Amino acid sequence: MQNLIDNFFSYTITGLTIGAVYALVALGYTLVYGVLRLINFAHSEVFMYGTFGALWVVMLLGGKPGGSVGQVIFWVVMMFVAAMAMSGLIAVILERVAYRPLRKRNAPPLIALISAIGASFVLAELMGLRSRVAGWVGLDDTLREYVRNSRNNAGLPSIISPQPIFSVGGYNVTNVDLIVIIGAIAIMVVLDQFVKRSRLGRGIRAVAMDPEAAALMGVNRDRVIQVTFLVGGVMAGAAAVFYMLKIGITRYDAGFILGVKAFTAAVLGGIGNLRGALLGGFILGLAENYGSAVVGSQWKDVVAFVLLVLILLVRPTGLLGESLGKARA
Amino acid sequence: MLLEVNGLCVNYGRIEAIRDISFTVDEGEIVTLIGANGAGKTTTMKTVSGLRPVRAGSIMFNGKDITHTPSHERPVLGISQSPEGRGCFVGMTVMENLEMGTYARPDRKTKAVKDDLARVFELFPRLKERSNQAAGSMSGGEQQMLAMGRALMAKPKLLLLDEPSMGLAPKLIQQIFDIVTEINSQGTTVLLVEQNAAQALKRSHRAYILETGEIVREGTGKELAADPAVKAAYLGGDV
Repeated sequence: MQNLIDNFFSYTITGLTIGAVYALVALGYTLVYGVLRLINFAHSEVFMYGTFGALWVVMLLGGKPGGSVGQVIFWVVMMFVAAMAMSGLIAVILERVAYRPLRKRNAPPLIALISAIGASFVLAELMGLRSRVAGWVGLDDTLREYVRNSRNNAGLPSIISPQPIFSVGGYNVTNVDLIVIIGAIAIMVVLDQFVKRSRLGRGIRAVAMDPEAAALMGVNRDRVIQVTFLVGGVMAGAAAVFYMLKIGITRYDAGFILGVKAFTAAVLGGIGNLRGALLGGFILGLAENYGSAVVGSQWKDVVAFVLLVLILLVRPTGLLGESLGKARA
Repeated sequence: MLLEVNGLCVNYGRIEAIRDISFTVDEGEIVTLIGANGAGKTTTMKTVSGLRPVRAGSIMFNGKDITHTPSHERPVLGISQSPEGRGCFVGMTVMENLEMGTYARPDRKTKAVKDDLARVFELFPRLKERSNQAAGSMSGGEQQMLAMGRALMAKPKLLLLDEPSMGLAPKLIQQIFDIVTEINSQGTTVLLVEQNAAQALKRSHRAYILETGEIVREGTGKELAADPAVKAAYLGGDV
């Protein structure tokens, strides 16, 4: 306990940064659930591909420690572009290949869930065996740097060294912390405005609230579903950049635990509710950091899930879950 | 003929919901389908708006075969529906709901939309008062008005109204039917489904009676309202 009190701000900042990553990935789960009533279990892989997108673009551009300020900004911007494009593309392909054909044949929801789990394994293993995949198309030599040791950790060159910017309660908040927290909040505001004000955003909300009435308004459901996957993927791509800046290493199975946590965050906040996903992400990030300060960091995941169970016992629909209940009534 | 339905059959799985239904709606008319629960009225409406697939038969709208046109393309052609149970977007405000009505309009960014909004507010002053309120927090009657107003925002040639009087107080029912008549006199053709046969027949130019998925009678509103058999079955003996 003393540890937590002494280092409260340190745990808070770390909790907020990891919470921001959970929150952005949680948005993808909750958006897709909203329009399809489907838990897209392969969303964790959408995130994982984003981390590789971010990594590869830095390798491609020759990013290395000690770049000028201009170079660093360029590398980080390109990380966002590459990761968002990669995750968005994977999410859209996933919907096309794993879900749309089932939907067209009116498959029951359980079938789509199995398809989701299957797609998750396929995507993870394609990444884990990428040296062989490259070999099939004869590119293993050209791409050696990118595909070697497919099953091991791949590390991002440390293009930004964490520099303290200012200090809160004895903890030095670094430039990386600031990029993650401010960047995440900015992206969330953009998403919120997109869903609230844009035509397609309203289409997404309409389909989530009442698919038949939405069709009567002229909303093309397939189109909305595609955009939803794209938006969720782009958010996961942004999360992947923050993750790489903060953690710095990834692997073909890096999505799994993070995906489960983000899904937990979405449920915690009330699945289907966008603000709930954000709230759930930050609460989970903070709680597991505070918890690990008190009972030891090896208990971090246990703390997260105990919290989930406790909150769901009191509020079965999640913290902000009632608006979804209303939406379904 | 604005709407021409020919030999329409629709199934739910193996169950035939409607069998070989044919009817027409001419421009400027109010046409009503009446019938008991489960007679196939709502299924017919949903099929005209494209929410249910057609097993056999055809639907012609404005001279175009729309039998297999996807539902989301029909508002552009001029078909707009206020669904049974209203189907308001309860998490959106009244204004956002009305704006959803213009989703498919090619001219949604022009002044024409403002004029239509003014017209809807004139028909339903209540909606103007409540424009920033969440649709889900309104009474059933207000939600019915919203569903109708939203359908009108699509500027339809043909307005489909599915049970607009359902669950409303008698005074409000009267008001809703007055508004239907008003909408029609402003030039919108209306296809109405009702269980409140007395009011519906009084207001309609023509009507069809559905029984267990088939059309059993047709005639002008007056003829049917005066028919002893119809009176006994649908009008509770007296109008």
